[in-house]
Amino acid sequence: MSKEYSFYPGCSSQEGASSSNYLKSVQSMCDVLDIKLNVIPDWNCCSASIGYCGGGELPRLALSARNIALSEKHNQGQDIVATCAACWLATKETQERLDDDAGLMDETNQALAEAGLKIENKTKIRHMVEVLIEDIGYEEMGKHVSKPLDGIKIAGYVGCQTNRPFGIEGESFENPKYLDKFIETLGAEPVEKYDKKVSCCGGALAFSEPEKSQALIKDIIEAAYDGGADMIVTPCPVCQMNVEVYQDKINATYGTKFNMPVTYYSTLMSVAYGKNSKQSGLNGQIIKAKKLEEVASK
Amino acid sequence: MSNLNTGMVEKYRNNFLNEVEANVEEGEWVKMCMQCGVCSGSCPLGPYWDHPPQELFMMIRAGKREEVLESTSMWMCTSCYNCLVRCPRELPITHIMHGLAHYATRLGIEPKGQPTRQFAQLFWDNLAKNGRVNELWLGVNLYFMNGFVNGIKVAMGMAGIGLGMYKSGRLSIKELIGGHTVKDKSGFKAMIKKAQELESARVDK
Ligand code: SF4
Ligand code: SF4
Ligand code: SF4
Ligand code: SF4
Repeated sequence: MSKEYSFYPGCSSQEGASSSNYLKSVQSMCDVLDIKLNVIPDWNCCSASIGYCGGGELPRLALSARNIALSEKHNQGQDIVATCAACWLATKETQERLDDDAGLMDETNQALAEAGLKIENKTKIRHMVEVLIEDIGYEEMGKHVSKPLDGIKIAGYVGCQTNRPFGIEGESFENPKYLDKFIETLGAEPVEKYDKKVSCCGGALAFSEPEKSQALIKDIIEAAYDGGADMIVTPCPVCQMNVEVYQDKINATYGTKFNMPVTYYSTLMSVAYGKNSKQSGLNGQIIKAKKLEEVASK
Repeated sequence: MSNLNTGMVEKYRNNFLNEVEANVEEGEWVKMCMQCGVCSGSCPLGPYWDHPPQELFMMIRAGKREEVLESTSMWMCTSCYNCLVRCPRELPITHIMHGLAHYATRLGIEPKGQPTRQFAQLFWDNLAKNGRVNELWLGVNLYFMNGFVNGIKVAMGMAGIGLGMYKSGRLSIKELIGGHTVKDKSGFKAMIKKAQELESARVDK
């Protein structure tokens, strides 16, 4: 029987958006693992970590509360699953804040009432990698591998928000291992001691402070090359975009010759599970992941 | 100076710590800081901050109201949560940084030209209008926020990136015209409006 979840795709993964290729590979991966994702009807953006300028605490809480309330109404009893680190974080933070403060909870429900909604706040908020680790498990994840990613060396870039402040149960903040375990499970080789694995890429500030952020991104890519990586893999759409798309600019500024593909864990899984290049979202790469393309076309 | 700003100075009789505790998100934590400096050392853009978090907390206690609220520092917070998981006193530093930035904006004394301030406001306006964020619209506005000539320059510099995203199906031109939006726009807007009213009532009381 398939496992069902209430799915929060977030702005960056909707169709035609910057991480639509993430969504594609997630769908392929879930199809193999018999995971059914029921999109939260009429979900809204959570305002990520950048909503604080225009939005005060309560309006921001109301945003995520609306998503939780919609989920509780339409996808009753199902855990909410997000694929975007920032979405997961914002929604989980809202849940905690409302749990801790009855006054805020009351005001949030007053705001929600304007949209005909009410939040119970009893729904578990999870990241897709938690579902994979806790509900599916490494063993089961490995069973479905039909095309092992032999001979590909991969730097597991966890980034910030999938890791802090909540992180994944049983993992440390400074050296989480789960992404390396994913890589091994799929037959590839993780870069050992990848020292930039939890360093910040600048997040949303890659937009507003491009030079400063690109200096951070440069170090993240350089460390992957130093570890002998063929590619970088990440669980976060913002990380993926930041680390992939600015490489030309970084090359121009620093005289580097970066050409490092950056994909999602779900891209790896989809390819290792035998899906083709398109089903795995590989056509969404700006820097082509050649080694994955080779496996996918085998 | 806005009325709210002068009103707050009078109300708290220049006790800035009390003002922060009452009005800034998670501000009641500031007094718990023991000045160890771990947060400042953890901050990815720290070298660019005039006053890293530890210093801001000290300045709040010392009553340096304008220097704190008009600072560009907290606008360079990337929300990486490094400081927050490392602080020995468990201060929710990230949220206090956001809270200070928001409070300064509410008072109308934030550094107007700070690029993240501008970006964050665009992001919020885009979101509050449609319920979802339209990345293309956001990008176009971002390029032109410092004036037309500069906008062209930035846009030319970024054109390679936009084109790459477009070719790979990750940037939709449709978005600019219609684009992503929630269906229940009126309910969504009424909810935000109510939340803003409730919050203002609390701050102004
Ligand atoms: S985190 Fe980003 S993508 Fe996710 S919903 Fe919030 S704003 Fe939109
Ligand atoms: S690494 Fe970059 S994108 Fe990913 S969570 Fe941190 S800031 Fe956000
Ligand atoms: S880490 Fe915590 S206690 Fe130490 S200076 Fe920063 S806020 Fe204060
Ligand atoms: S969360 Fe903000 S303040 Fe804290 S270390 Fe990261 S950037 Fe600095």
